[in-house]
Order: sequence, then structure tokens, then C-alpha cells
Amino acid sequence: MATPEVLQEAPPAPAARSGAARKSKLSWAHRLRRDRTLILMTLPAGVLLLVFGYTPMLGLVMAFQDYDLYDGITHSPWAGLANFQQLFADPGFWHAFTNTLVLFSVQLVLSFPVPIALAILLDSILSRRLRGIIQSVVTLPHFFSMVMVVSIFDQMLGGTGLLDTFLRGHGVASPPNLMTDPAFFKFLVAGQLIWKESGWNMIVYLAALAAISPSLYEAAAVDGASWWQRTRHITLSGLRPIMVLLLILNLGFALTFGFEQMLIQYAAVGPGAASTLTIFSYENGIVQGNYSYGAAAGLFLGVTSVILILLANKVAHLFGESGLYRK
Amino acid sequence: MAATTAAAPTAVKARRRDPRRPVWQEQPKATTQAAKSGTIVVILLVIAFPLYSIVLTSLSDQTSVNIAGGMVVWPHGLTFSAYKLIAAGGVVGRALMISLLVTAVGTALSMLVTILASYGLSRTGSFGHRTILWFMMLTMFFSGGVIPLFLVVSALGGFDQYWALIAPSAVSVFNIIVMRAFFMNIGSDMIESARIDGAGEWRILWRIVLPTSRAVTAVIALFYAVTYWNSWFNILLFMPSDSVKWPLQMVLYTYITQGNPMPGAGTTTIGGFVGNQQIAPLSIQMAVVTLTVVPVLIVYPFVQKHFTKGVLLGAIKG
Repeated sequence: MATPEVLQEAPPAPAARSGAARKSKLSWAHRLRRDRTLILMTLPAGVLLLVFGYTPMLGLVMAFQDYDLYDGITHSPWAGLANFQQLFADPGFWHAFTNTLVLFSVQLVLSFPVPIALAILLDSILSRRLRGIIQSVVTLPHFFSMVMVVSIFDQMLGGTGLLDTFLRGHGVASPPNLMTDPAFFKFLVAGQLIWKESGWNMIVYLAALAAISPSLYEAAAVDGASWWQRTRHITLSGLRPIMVLLLILNLGFALTFGFEQMLIQYAAVGPGAASTLTIFSYENGIVQGNYSYGAAAGLFLGVTSVILILLANKVAHLFGESGLYRK
Repeated sequence: MAATTAAAPTAVKARRRDPRRPVWQEQPKATTQAAKSGTIVVILLVIAFPLYSIVLTSLSDQTSVNIAGGMVVWPHGLTFSAYKLIAAGGVVGRALMISLLVTAVGTALSMLVTILASYGLSRTGSFGHRTILWFMMLTMFFSGGVIPLFLVVSALGGFDQYWALIAPSAVSVFNIIVMRAFFMNIGSDMIESARIDGAGEWRILWRIVLPTSRAVTAVIALFYAVTYWNSWFNILLFMPSDSVKWPLQMVLYTYITQGNPMPGAGTTTIGGFVGNQQIAPLSIQMAVVTLTVVPVLIVYPFVQKHFTKGVLLGAIKG
């Protein structure tokens, strides 16, 4: 960050005291005029977010209406809390709720440790070249679409897939179709996410591992610490802040978890296994055209998600971690 | 001298120590090494093998598909007829062109909007930048959900229109935050002196900021491109039944994941003949899967070089 010799002769750059100093001296009208080009530049993004981000938020008032496509938001009759009363009395909603939690928990427990283990494994490889190759291969599936991932899994584990052909060839008369088995679905979901995202999530851990000082390991080894002791007390505790951060991020999005993944496989495994809160909202609102009811479920989902994120962050602060954002 | 000769025999007996191994680290046992290598091979196979089998099946003729009884693992007869059939026109070829077009236009628009917004917000102390940033970031934490969005886009006449696949997802606030962070790191002396020389904001952005941040711009463009290429749900939402307009992901979903029969007119029949050679339906399906993944594979090495930085920055600033 050293400035070239030539520039150093000049008096302290105005940039050094820009910010605060400038702010207090100039009137807001002056600053507005000075920065009008900058503000203009944010306009296209602002307009797009206004139309496709904020207008739908306003549209959520339909959750308190008996929305009719032809009357629109302005003329549809108000329904008060009727949609929510119906929602909380709907067994389908509660099934979707518990199913979301089940799918999410199974996925979290099974997939969370994988990138950590992968990072530790990769970090222990001495050859840089080999490490690079492995990293490229394992991160690749992150860039595949969910439809793609499901297609690949179908060709491997599905009714006409490789596993099926292999088992039939080895005397299993009717192998189970793992892609359509509702009882197996939660593990399938976890498996797909592990396959797709482990490599990608590993990168953050790899960077955190690189930041741990080697002298810690050296000192521990001199003191006679075993591999496991070093891994536990140096490696894993070094990774802890990142783990907490990712766990919070994960928990914050627990209720909106896996929408595309469920929707793609909804027909194959059936609503019993694949119905989640987002699917419930979509199925009622869009597919069955019951807009207000779907929006009510959507609003519930949005509000609880925000609460969840804030709560998770609070918990992180209590544990002394920096969390998603700072206070 | 005497010490080294005395130590030599034991050193020969022990396995050669990798010079890259840190001094404090003990040499792992042979069994540990073997287990580790085995694990690595299994991990690589779990990812590479399905892709290998899919590409191979798309290149196999009817006889090898019959011999394999489905997905092909050992190559027998190789042929490009599935791809020739697709190139001859019909559903898949058209979908491929549409996907490329939507991706290109969408990425260009997203980049334009993102670069402008990132630069517009990158000056600390500029009027209203904090407010505008908050306005944008709020949409990351709370959204109106699918149903109001669907109604808004429909009300704007976006149903069955291509712009509906682009505009609602054109801005990624996350990408703006990442790019803005990079722009903020550009030496402010350079920008200040350009301003003293009379350069306006547009000129500074075009002549100084963009040329010094080519890497970020490239990575974010590629992220946008991959997102557009992979997007599927917005097609289902805004273009559910007009199959003539479908991009590739929707074709993949409808005809392969859901197994619906492809429209059977002319050359678009699933299975069929090129010349007098019969093509297995499975080969054509796998050719579609392959075509969906090939652009990602082409772009991947370029993103891969940079994305460690991007992910890290995201983790810190996100």
C-alpha cells in the first residue's frame, strides 16, 4: 500500500480526511448535488429491487384478504385473520412444518461435518498439485443446477439407474428404487446436498485452516501432543468461528430450506415426503390458485425466518462469536 | 561426518520422508497413508464416475446400451449420432440456443446494473449511500415470497415472456456488496487525483476502476452466467406450458427428470434414426444432460482460478 515517491511530495491527499470532515462542513443540498451522478448510478438496481423486491412485499397484504385475480389488491375484500386461522388449523400445514424440520435436521447433521473433514483431509496432502486437482473436482458440482443433480442421481440410483442394473445383474430380483422411496427421501436429500455442496463449503474451511499458525502445531508436537489432540485443540478450535457462522446461516434459512430440490422430486416421492413449508405455500398459492392462502403461508414463513436469523445471531453473540453481523 | 554415516542405515530402513512434510509432524504409518489414498480415490470417483457414465452413454450406440442394460460403463461402440440428431433441430437444439441467449442477455444486464450500483455506493461519505445500501440489503433478509412476485410479474405482462426469466433475478445484492468492497479498496489517491484533473464519475469508473478490477468483474460475471444458465424454477413459474419457448433446464426437467415423452414430430422423437443407424432413447437423454453441463465445464476453470477470493470475501462481508 506504499504510495510512489513522486506522490508523497504532495500535501496529504484530500482522501485522507474526506468522509467525516467533508460531511460536517457541507450542507446536504450541496452534497446531493456533488454526488448526483453516484446516486444516479444506483438507480437501475434500485428500481429493479423496488419492482421485484419491494412491490411483492407490499403484495403480502393479500394474506389478509380474500384475493381475487380480477379485483386485484385494491378491490379484493378484506378477510382479517381468517387465512391464518385456516392455516393453523390445517393438518397439511403442520405436516409441512414438521417435515421441513425433519428434512432440514437430517441434512444438517449428515452434511455439516463433511466439508470440515474434507478440508482437514485436503490440508494434510503435501503435494500442492494433487491438492489443486482434488479441490477442482470436489467443487465442480456446486455449479450444477439442481435439476442436473437430480438427473445424475436418477441415472445412478433410480429405477433404471446403474445401481439397479448392477443389483439385478447380481441376483437381486427387485431392488428398491431409492429415488421414489418416501422413507429414504430425507437421506436422499442429504446425499444430494453433500454431493453438490461439500466441496464448495470446504473452501472456507481450507482458508481458515491456512490461517492457523504452524507454530501452534510445532509447539504442541514438541510437548508430545498426539495427532488427535492437535486436531481437536488446534485445528477444530481454529475452525470454530467459521463453524458457528455457517451454522447460524444454516439455521436462519431452515424453514425455507430446499425449495427447488423438493419441487423437482415432488412428483416422484409424493407430498408425504417432499412437502415443506415453501412447497406448501407454492402448491396452495400458485398450483391451486388459492393466492391469499398461499401468501399467508408465505408471510408466516418470511416473518419466522427473519426472527430465526436474528435469534441465531443473538445466540452467537452470547457465545462470544462475532455472528452474521456486528452490533 | 561420523554421525551422518552412523545415522544412514536407519534412514534407509525407514520410508523416505517427504521433504515438504513439516519437521514436527511424525511420518504417518503405511496403513494410514493407504487409507487416506483410498478415501481420496473414492471421493474423486463419487463425483467423476456418474459424469463419465453419462457422457459415455450419450456417445454409445444402441447395441452398447442394450449390452449394458441401461447406463454404459464400458465403452463398446462409440457414435455421435445422438448429438447429430439434436443438431438436426427440434426441442433440444432450440432450447440450447434459448438458454445461451437468455444467459448472455441476462449476464450483460446484470453486470451493467451491478457495476453501476457498486461504484455508486463505493464512496464513503457520499450522499445517501448508507440509506441506499440498507434499502438494497433488506431484500436479502426478507422477501415477499413466490406468490406476490408471480402476481407482480403477471400484472406487468411478463407471463410467457423472456424478460420474466431475467428481470426479477437481475440484481444480486450479494454480488453488489462483494464488488463494492473491491471498488472501495482501489487506491483513493488515484481517484482523487483523477477528479482534480477534471474527470467525471463515468470517466473514473470506465478508465480507472474497471481496468483495475478485471478479476472481480470476471468472477461476478461468471457467477451471474452460471445462475442464469442453471435457473429453473422461474421458468416453471413464468413459462409453465409454452414448451416452444423453454430453455434447456426446463427441457431437462420435463423430458428427463419427469420422464414425459418428448413431442414426437419429425426429428424430435426420442430415439430415432440418423441415416440407417438407430439411436437409443437413453443416449439422447444423456446427450441432453451432457449439453446442460458442458458450458459449466467450459467456464469452470476460469471461475475456479478466482473464486476462493470471492467466497472468502463473501464470508467476511456477508
